[in-house]
Amino acid sequence: MTSSDRQLLSGNGAIALAAIHAGVALGTGYPGTPSTEILEEFSRRGGKAQWAPNEKVALEVGIGVAYGGARALITMKHVGLNVAADPLFSVAYTGVVGALVIVSADDPGMASSQNEQDNRRYAVAAGVPMLEPADPQEAYDYTFAAIEISERWGLPVLLRLTTRVCHTQAPVQPRTSFSTAPEPHFAHDLKGRNLIPPNARPAHRRLRHKLAEIEEWSETTPLNQALPGNGQAQLGLITSGVSYLHAREAEPGASFLKLGLTHPLPLKKIRQFVRGVKRCVVIEENDPCLADAIRAAGMAVESKEDLFRLGELNVDRVRRILACDHSPEPARPAGKPPELCEGCSHRVVFQALHDLDCIVAGDIGCYALGVLPPYSAMDCCVCMGSSIGIGLGLRHVLPRAEARRVVSVIGDSTFVHSGITGLVEMIYNPPPSGHVVILLDNSTTAMTGHQEHPGTGRTLNHQPASKVVYEDLARALGLPEVRVIALGRDSSEFAQLLRSSLAAEKLVLIVARRPCVLAAAHIREYEKRAAPPAAIST
Amino acid sequence: MNKTINVMIAGVGGQGVIKASDVLSRAAFRSGYDVKKSELHGMSQRGGSVCSDVRFGPRVWSPMVPPGEADFLLALEPDELLINRGRLRQEGVVVSPELVETARLSNRKSLNLALLGILSVHLDIPAACWLEAIHASFAEKLHAANEQAFAEGRRAAEAHRQGRSPA
Repeated sequence: MTSSDRQLLSGNGAIALAAIHAGVALGTGYPGTPSTEILEEFSRRGGKAQWAPNEKVALEVGIGVAYGGARALITMKHVGLNVAADPLFSVAYTGVVGALVIVSADDPGMASSQNEQDNRRYAVAAGVPMLEPADPQEAYDYTFAAIEISERWGLPVLLRLTTRVCHTQAPVQPRTSFSTAPEPHFAHDLKGRNLIPPNARPAHRRLRHKLAEIEEWSETTPLNQALPGNGQAQLGLITSGVSYLHAREAEPGASFLKLGLTHPLPLKKIRQFVRGVKRCVVIEENDPCLADAIRAAGMAVESKEDLFRLGELNVDRVRRILACDHSPEPARPAGKPPELCEGCSHRVVFQALHDLDCIVAGDIGCYALGVLPPYSAMDCCVCMGSSIGIGLGLRHVLPRAEARRVVSVIGDSTFVHSGITGLVEMIYNPPPSGHVVILLDNSTTAMTGHQEHPGTGRTLNHQPASKVVYEDLARALGLPEVRVIALGRDSSEFAQLLRSSLAAEKLVLIVARRPCVLAAAHIREYEKRAAPPAAIST
Repeated sequence: MNKTINVMIAGVGGQGVIKASDVLSRAAFRSGYDVKKSELHGMSQRGGSVCSDVRFGPRVWSPMVPPGEADFLLALEPDELLINRGRLRQEGVVVSPELVETARLSNRKSLNLALLGILSVHLDIPAACWLEAIHASFAEKLHAANEQAFAEGRRAAEAHRQGRSPA
């Protein structure tokens, strides 16, 4: 197959292919639905791809790549950008030499997320350009555009996807020729990249100047397209991302202003479009970001009712928005809820937590399903790594009889992502009743589809790597009680260990270990491949 | 064919919903249609409901089948048929496992392909495109079982059609 053949690709696959074609030197990120497949596919196609411990580290590695003049692709789900926000805001000031493209995969409707935050807000808050592809073809094309913008203005660029862009498959026509990626090199820029206040002040001015230039450019770039409708110019729709496709199907005859570059906005172009139509409606998923910005610029456009801010848009909902129909929508069929797999080791743990009537601060991963019957044994699940801090807070204030029932439950990948600092907090500020942390080590990032992480001892493409050993780490931090248990099918042994750990009123880490039942066969395979060949006995 | 064909494939995790939609979208793509396939996964491996939308035609816009506009609903699970039936248009066709004699499948896991075989008699997709799509979607050792299931579904649908047609 030549690169010019049309291929059926997902949005994620299209970004991976574009990254290969554009000569991205390094892809890194943290797994998170719906973004995970980008790096896996980039690696499968021969790109250098890595899982970082978390999104902040991934972005920092990417900044280094781009300071070195090379092209970096950083991927994460929307909530991952919260973790990476700290470097994001500052790298916008320092700028980059190479390309720094950050994929934010948002999840309107929360198919697989704890919130439906709209990361278009980050583009405005951090002052970075944002591109929003609508389908896999645009996901491919906009990856190139993001690299071009990043290199031209020396800025990080946010490539915002949503679940339906990431996971929709559609034909993609790849490019036939590619510009060569620049050779990595280092040039000192002490004033530009050391954000001490006397340097940061001019850096902010530089950023605003760049954004003003990009805004001017946004007026003419083909990323933003005015598409005239049939006939009378009655209805005009301003839209971006997958919302454009729903709107185009709902109102094929309308005029469209399809925005591919949604920050900074081409306000002159928008004004011209608004003037040219009789009725102008902004069709956008999630928050009314476009509508607010357009109205703030003094243009009278219609926006959706707040009820359409919740959940995904679709053709039917766009029709309702346009008809000003705010009547209750038909409830989505509930379907069969997911559950912990047959034979899953988490079942043993949640049975014990249920039986011992524990107060459970949970975390993000498959084990969040422990909240569902028959266990109903998770009292909260907030964000990556939060179980330890929240458990400690509860222990600090609850009456002793309740405090001693508090347990934090965290998975292995989540622990490496952002649980380690929680453990440090536990040792530094111990509650009077001690605390019990259960680390569910199933040797994989299960929920997102079995990705490796620093605790599995294997790289993204399952090659041997250094391994973080949790019990050693905890002991090195000075944790007095570290207990390791290999989980069996029966919960009684684990329940006994948990009971004694709670009664001890000390700081205890229980590492509860058994490979994920869905990943076990693969893990054995990787281990076999990595093992040195057995010595031949003579 | 100058309209968009809307197919929904529904089941629970492990039944091959997404695999079936891969085969269908590949077959349609190879026939020269514009195609969009979309589903929510993530929970599918945990046994929850999965539904995949496949749309194809001269030009497909939204990746999701609008409510009440599905032409075909392939339901691998009776409960999923009930849940998703409302998304089928009035004259829409249900393709369910009852039409297939599962005992005739060389591998019962290939029921998803048998349902595609049934669907295939309703669609303007050449046999060669189906075959290429099956080959592209499975490891070589699984080709025979999936081809057999597809053929079995197709045979059952044709027999059913003839049974219904006036003598």
